[in-house]
Amino acid sequence: MSGQEVLFGVVALIGSLAALRMVTSSNVIHAALYLVVTLASVGAAYILLAAEFLAWVQILIYVGAIVVLLLFALMLTKAPIGRDTLDNQQRGLAAVVGIVILFGLTILLQGAFGGKRIPTGVTRASDIGASLFHSYVIPFEVVSVLLLAALVGAVVLARKEEAPE
Amino acid sequence: MIRLMFPLVFAGILFSAGVYGVLARRNAVLVLMSIELMLNAVNINLVAFSRYLHDALASGQVFALFVITVAAAEIGIGLAIVIILYRNRETIDVDKVNLLKW
Repeated sequence: MSGQEVLFGVVALIGSLAALRMVTSSNVIHAALYLVVTLASVGAAYILLAAEFLAWVQILIYVGAIVVLLLFALMLTKAPIGRDTLDNQQRGLAAVVGIVILFGLTILLQGAFGGKRIPTGVTRASDIGASLFHSYVIPFEVVSVLLLAALVGAVVLARKEEAPE
Repeated sequence: MIRLMFPLVFAGILFSAGVYGVLARRNAVLVLMSIELMLNAVNINLVAFSRYLHDALASGQVFALFVITVAAAEIGIGLAIVIILYRNRETIDVDKVNLLKW
């Protein structure tokens, strides 16, 4: 076990526990705050995987923007608090499905990538920039149009209907 | 030198938690949060395999960026829909929203 692995284990443990608390918490605001912990630990995992640019994008977009948006939505919609109103009756079945997926994936991946290790090295922001603007220009433009369309769509949907004159 | 299984298992745990959240939650905003969890799990996998395969184009990380962008678009539209739902029905309980059921 290298130091990097120990650190990754700690980060993964924090992220996993926060994720489990997020989906079982009986208070919607607590769930959103646990989501912050999970997303930040995913960012830390990116740094340990030597993907620095993605780590900062993760912090900026997820922790900075998306969680704020989610908190606004939670506060604009008056949500009842309590386990029975937040969870439905399929809780046990859903837990079984989640555990089956987790064990199935783990066994499958252990068989395929058992003792493999990630080679050392680092992906710099300049590598990603060069790749993005040389090889992936068209997907990049398509995604930017998609973002614009989503922005306009969200404004159109959420705007209050004006009273007919 | 980090074992490839570490990020993969972390992603697996996050994905399973997201699946549980989508299936068990009734509040539409919490369902959207669980979907974000699943998208993050996919991103961890993309980054891990991009580093593992020593990809010269960093394709995995570029695609993770695209996934983050699409997730941002999805959450914007999703929350707009949740807010008009709340405005019209006074509830965001996904079990009670069954207008298009049959």
